[in-house]
This record gives sequence, C-alpha cells and structure tokens, in this order.
Amino acid sequence: MKHVLENVESQFEMFQILNEDGKIVNKDDMPDLSDEDLKEIMRRMVYTRILDQRSIALNRQGRLGFYAPTAGQEASQLGSQFALEQEDFILPGYRDVPQLIWQGLPLYQAFLFSKGHFHGNQFPEKLHALSPQIIIGAQYVQTAGVALGFKKRGKKNVAITYTGDGGTSQGDFYEGINFAGAYKAPAIFIVQNNRFAISVPVEKQTNSKTLAQKSVAAGIEGIQVDGMDVLAVYAATKDARDRAINGDGPTLIETLTYRFGPHTMSGDDPTRYRTEELDNEWAKKDPLVRFRKFLEGKKLWSEEDENKVIDEAKDDIKKAIKQAEEQPKQKVTDLIGNMYEELPSNLQEQMEIYKEKESK
Amino acid sequence: MAQMTMIQAITDAMRTELKNDENVLVFGEDVGQNGGVFRATEGLQDEFGEDRVFDTPLAESGIGGLAIGLALQGFRPVPEIQFFGFVYEVMDSISGQMARLRYRSGGHHTAPITVRAPFGGGVHTPEMHADSLEGLMAQQPGLKVVIPSTPYEAKGLLISAIRDNDPVIFLEHMKLYRSFRGEVPEEEYTVEIGKADVKREGKDVTLIAYGAMVHASLKAAEELEKDGVDAEVIDLRTVSPIDYETVLESVKKTGRAVVIQEAQRQAGVAANVMAEIQEKAILHLEAPVLRVAAPDTVYAFSDAEEVWLPNHSDIVEKVNAVMNF
Repeated sequence: MKHVLENVESQFEMFQILNEDGKIVNKDDMPDLSDEDLKEIMRRMVYTRILDQRSIALNRQGRLGFYAPTAGQEASQLGSQFALEQEDFILPGYRDVPQLIWQGLPLYQAFLFSKGHFHGNQFPEKLHALSPQIIIGAQYVQTAGVALGFKKRGKKNVAITYTGDGGTSQGDFYEGINFAGAYKAPAIFIVQNNRFAISVPVEKQTNSKTLAQKSVAAGIEGIQVDGMDVLAVYAATKDARDRAINGDGPTLIETLTYRFGPHTMSGDDPTRYRTEELDNEWAKKDPLVRFRKFLEGKKLWSEEDENKVIDEAKDDIKKAIKQAEEQPKQKVTDLIGNMYEELPSNLQEQMEIYKEKESK
Repeated sequence: MAQMTMIQAITDAMRTELKNDENVLVFGEDVGQNGGVFRATEGLQDEFGEDRVFDTPLAESGIGGLAIGLALQGFRPVPEIQFFGFVYEVMDSISGQMARLRYRSGGHHTAPITVRAPFGGGVHTPEMHADSLEGLMAQQPGLKVVIPSTPYEAKGLLISAIRDNDPVIFLEHMKLYRSFRGEVPEEEYTVEIGKADVKREGKDVTLIAYGAMVHASLKAAEELEKDGVDAEVIDLRTVSPIDYETVLESVKKTGRAVVIQEAQRQAGVAANVMAEIQEKAILHLEAPVLRVAAPDTVYAFSDAEEVWLPNHSDIVEKVNAVMNF
C-alpha cells in the first residue's frame, strides 16, 4: 500500500525571487521587466499603502463606510494585477479594491463603493470586472464561467479571481477550480493566505500543509508563492496567464502574506487573535521595504521618488473624496429602477410612491 | 398544428432559441448526450454541437456560477437544475448573485439567465425531488418565476424567458410533462411573462391557481357547474411578478375567490394573492378569500402523497364554503 500525501505536500515549496533583504535568490525565474516597469510597480505599492492609511483615517472620521485594510498584501494584489492585460476580467473579493483601481476604476468610485453608493459599481467600459464579492467563494464559481466564456469566444484573455485562506474551505472554492479544470478554461485562482480568516488561523481551517496543493485534487496547476515578494507574485501570475491563454488550463496560486491591519474597520481587534511577535515577524517581510531595497540597489528608487508618489497619492485622494462627497445622494427610485430592464407592475406602483416621497 | 406533450414543447422552445441566437447555451447535469433525465434536451447536442449544449460536473452551485460568468461574457445561459429540490445547493448563485447583478452594478451588468427545473408532486419521487419551492424564488426581488400549465404556454413562455434580459426561474411540473398533449405551433411565438390567463370564464367565484393546480381547478369547475356554480379559473402562469390586474378584475366581477397552490399553506404565493385582494378589492367581496394548499409538513413521503397533495375535491369543498358564507 502506498501513502502519497507526504510526497504530494513536499512538492509545494514556496516560490521566491527576492528575499527579505531585497536580494535576488532565484535568478532563473527573474521576470523580464524593464526599469520603468519596476519603478511603476514600486510607485503603485507606495501609492496603495498611502491610500490604505488615508482610507482608514477617512473611515474613522465617518467619511467612508465599509473598508477592509490592504497594507501588507500589496505584493499579492498588485504583483498579480500587473501581469494582466486590460481585456482580462477580474472577480475580486472584498479586500481587492486596489486591483480594480489599477485596472481602471476611478478612485472616487472606489470611495463610493465604500460609502454604499451604487455608482461605485457602475464601472467604466474599459474595466472588465465585477465589484468586490461579499459572499466568500461565490466569485470562484463565477470565474469558471467567465473563463469558459473567453474560451468559447476564442479570446486570448484570462479571468482572475481572489479569495483568502478561509475561502478555500468553501464548497464554491472547490467547485470553481474543478469546473475550470474540467473545461480547461483560462482562469487564475489566487488565494491570498494572510493566515487568518478574520480570527481563525489557517491551521484550524484545514489539514492541508499548503493551500496550493488543493489544486492537485482538481487536476490543475498550483503554486505557493511568497506573497510579500512582488516579483515572485508577478512571475507566477504571468506564467499562469501565459499557460492559460495557450490552452493549458487554470492555475491556483497561493500567496503567503499578512494583513498588517484589522479584518475590516467595523470593530475587528486583531490583538484578540494575533500576537505582537507574529506581527513583528511579518513586519520584517513588508513587501514595500523589500522591493525598495532591491530598487535602491539598482539605483532606480530614491527618497525623492518616494515623496513624489506620496504627494501624488495624497493629492488624488483629496480630490477623489471630494468628488465622492459631491455625488448626488442615492435615491430609492434609483434602486427601484435598477431591478429589472422593464419595471413590473408592483415596482411601477412603488416607484410612484417613492417619487412622491423623494420630491418633498 | 402539431400535438405535443409539455416536454416536447420545452425541447422545441430551446431548439428555436438555439437556432435564433448563437449566444444561447444549454447546459447542466446529463443534458448533453443523454438529453437530460427527462429528455428535455433530447437531440440538442447532436444538432447544435457540444460547444452550445453541454454536460457540467455534478455541482449545482458551480452550474449557477458558470451561468453568471457566461452571462458576463454576453451569453444567454439556459442551465438546468436536474430537480428543483436541489435548488438549496445553488441558492446563493440564484438569489444572492444573479438576482442582484443588475442592481448591484447599477445596470452595468445583467444576468439574462433562464434556470429550468422540474418540480412538483404526484410522481412518487424520492425525497427532495417534488417540493414546490416557487415561494422561495418569488420572495427574491430581481427574479422572475414562471410556471406553465400547458404545452402551448410552456413553449411560448420559455422562448420569452430565454429572450428576457433578467434572470427567470422556469419551473416545469413533472406531472404535466407527458400526461397530455396540446396544440403547439411549429413556428416561433412568445407568451408574455407576467400575464395571467383566464382559462375558464365564470361569474360566481374566481379560482386562482398555477402549475398542476390549474388542471385540478378546471376539474373542480366542471363539477361545480353541475351544482349550478359558475367558476372562473385564472392561471397565474407567472408567480413573480403576479398579474394582479387580471386577478382583481375577476374578483371584482365574481365577489368570491379561492386561491389554490400545491405548496404547503405557509409556502407558495397564495398568501400574497389573498393579501392583495383584501387590500384592493375588499368592498367587492361577498365572502372571505379562502385557500387550498398542502399541510405545513415537509413534502410527503410518496406513500402518503395522494392524500397530502391538494386535489379537485379540496377545491370544491372550499368553493362551497365561500358560496355558502
């Protein structure tokens, strides 16, 4: 009798290109990125970190609504997004607003999403994406469909989706990767393993040593990546994308990462379930620190560059929050109007009632 | 005109739309080479190819998600849920996702999806196959819920559903699949969603029903005629949105109403119909509005099914009660 679990698990080693000191440890897999690309990735990570800090402050001032902090996960989020083409389709989880922004969602609309205004979800034509999914795992089954659609249309594009470590426990997670595998659909499934599903540690989520190995059961490629190393995440996503559009099917990418902040700004207190030691251990792996060291070593990044991005981000945020706050208040009549292509009689009747109410 | 069973009319509707629109895709468990467990998709894969008519892995939530993803790519998915009792497995994809897609995107995305499924009692199925769960669907804003009672309507309503730009739940009563034939035009035609049909005109009492209960109501009306009671029978055809205009017009004429559903008393849509009648036509009523429904238990084990399911005698009894009030 042969027991294979240990052998299977040992195959999933963490893929890394830059170590914590910003040194290349894996020259062979170094992606082909120009100096401009490298600087742009850094710019986006710094910008997104500032956006996170300002969003938390705005939430505390009551000027934003629902917000899930992103600091710590920039490499996972932006490294993967940087590997996409504009026509690719993103199905994000609730923490994945940065990917939408860098794929073309205007900042003021991201703020409107947070404030609970439907205009935040009326995406510009060039952005092929859904608004962030709230039901954990639902986006995984939808991704199989979007990807199959690309295949049926003969397009060289991918559907990419995101969930967290907790999401891998959902039935929809497995149904999604299994469907995409069965149809050899061009999909990329990203699991940002930030070690805690709200408070439950990943060790209590599953007996799997890695989340990447769950790909084996679905018969698709899987890889575990250092999610604090933006080059590794980029390279893994680019490889998955190339194989997907080549007809080689979907890939599951687990990124090992950490959210520095709380689960959301709605009362979560991470000190109830995470130790200071663990926080400190992961702070050393900060994706911005590591990539900054790497770029400074190549003389591609300076304090001046950094300050320029910070100013740019702060300026954009100021304008965007103003624009979001100037948006006309959402009306119940707008909500009624968005239910069906043609209003059925019950809603016609209710439309009249709310028109009257809202005219006062 | 051709004589068809309801299942043939349903196949014919899908064939018509697969021909009309290359974006129409038909898929589900066993719908490909096997033609579906009821043969609703018989021959469609051979005719239109595996790209358009295909099998899915055995997972209802996956089927629902697949439909949403394909809709986002501009397709018109027509997924089959093998039995509607399995809908609990796909509730999030239906009620949590496709019903809300237009709304949550402010009209940017739509879900032109038709979810087809057999349901309904009287055919001695195992558990979870026969339940009338239309009430669950009708309670979800964003969906339309259609239940045909004849082959003619099945074809016309299904074509309308597939062409609709919002999600439609299309429920096919298993007992009606092959129990009788009806005239069905071979050419394409539509029956409007959201419009009830007066199946029998009468002046004394209005019977409001849908699905298999339309036939029980017609049988009851025949019996009542012998006793001198002239019953009008309304087939709702769509249980969300409900055509209250037709219902109210009839009730204002007859002054009496009985609402009939196969679902349990606490389920279905009868309570909504009764509430609307009392809100909008109470001064026209000569008697309370009564209802015929199954008892509030889990769906009957098939050995007790015949007594559990409402039938024409139950309807006659309730009509006599409102006539003699």
